[in-house]
Amino acid sequence: MIDCPETLSCEQFQSQLPELIGSGAVLAEHAHLRHCELCKALLADLEAIAEAARQLLPIVDPPEELWEQIESAIKGERESSDKT
Amino acid sequence: MSNPVFPAQPRHPGSEASGGNLPVGEEPSQPSGEQVGQRLLLPSPTPDEAKLLAAAQSGDHLAFARIYSQHKRRIYSLCLRMVGNVAEAEDLTQEAFLQLHRKIATFRGDSAFSTWLHRLAINVVLMHLRKKNLSLVSLDEAMEPSPDEGPGRSFGAADLNLAGSIDRLALEHAVADLPAGYRLIFILHDIEGYEHNEIASMLDCSIGNSKSQLHKARLKLRDALCAYPRQEERR
Repeated sequence: MIDCPETLSCEQFQSQLPELIGSGAVLAEHAHLRHCELCKALLADLEAIAEAARQLLPIVDPPEELWEQIESAIKGERESSDKT
Repeated sequence: MSNPVFPAQPRHPGSEASGGNLPVGEEPSQPSGEQVGQRLLLPSPTPDEAKLLAAAQSGDHLAFARIYSQHKRRIYSLCLRMVGNVAEAEDLTQEAFLQLHRKIATFRGDSAFSTWLHRLAINVVLMHLRKKNLSLVSLDEAMEPSPDEGPGRSFGAADLNLAGSIDRLALEHAVADLPAGYRLIFILHDIEGYEHNEIASMLDCSIGNSKSQLHKARLKLRDALCAYPRQEERR
């Protein structure tokens, strides 16, 4: 563990990160980050990953014929339940 | 001042991710709830939505077809992102909607319909992964990967400076390699844009658990990306 300026150690700060990030707080203004390049870099990396994720794997439509398959399967289930 | 990268209210599915060009019959989804403290207030479905749902619940096939049309992209995309294989994603989407057809009459409105359907689809995907003998037994276990699957500790790690250098392909591979529980949370939050309260509702976990798992997923991705050769090194 590396000692950092301000009151929190890096470990303590990083243990709070999930909650801090999830709260939408402006983390750049956090006291620990004003003096800790290490945690600032970690946060920058996590932000870069979250940002890059937005460009990943766009939402796509399933093929048109999938509905026909589903309809056919529904029909099959209905017929078999009618028999029993 | 807001935080544009880690927003309190992430962009919502169906907005940016869909490119804003929804096909006829497909509507952008609305936030499924507003969190007040730890309480989730469910939005009332519009009269049209309620009517459509009631019709489908009473066996109206056309109403069910419309529900399929409204939700197919999100369910298919979730399946595709989780399994990374088109044929498997199609099978899983079909299974999810077949299960929906069997169970739709049991929907009582305790959660938003889209949340309920997503949870159903997630369970179909997780069941599929279990059958493939992946390291996954249940949703609970998916949410609690074993300790050796956890991300590396970051205290004292060097400045990796990923900003501007993340290779899309590397990130896709890294996401695909995440343990299923981490992958699920990362996909739902960072890719699909669900909020933690929605994810908690879908996965029946706490909001804190969702935040924690997402953070671990990002740390694990960071570890993986750092091990991946940079673009200039691959040339």
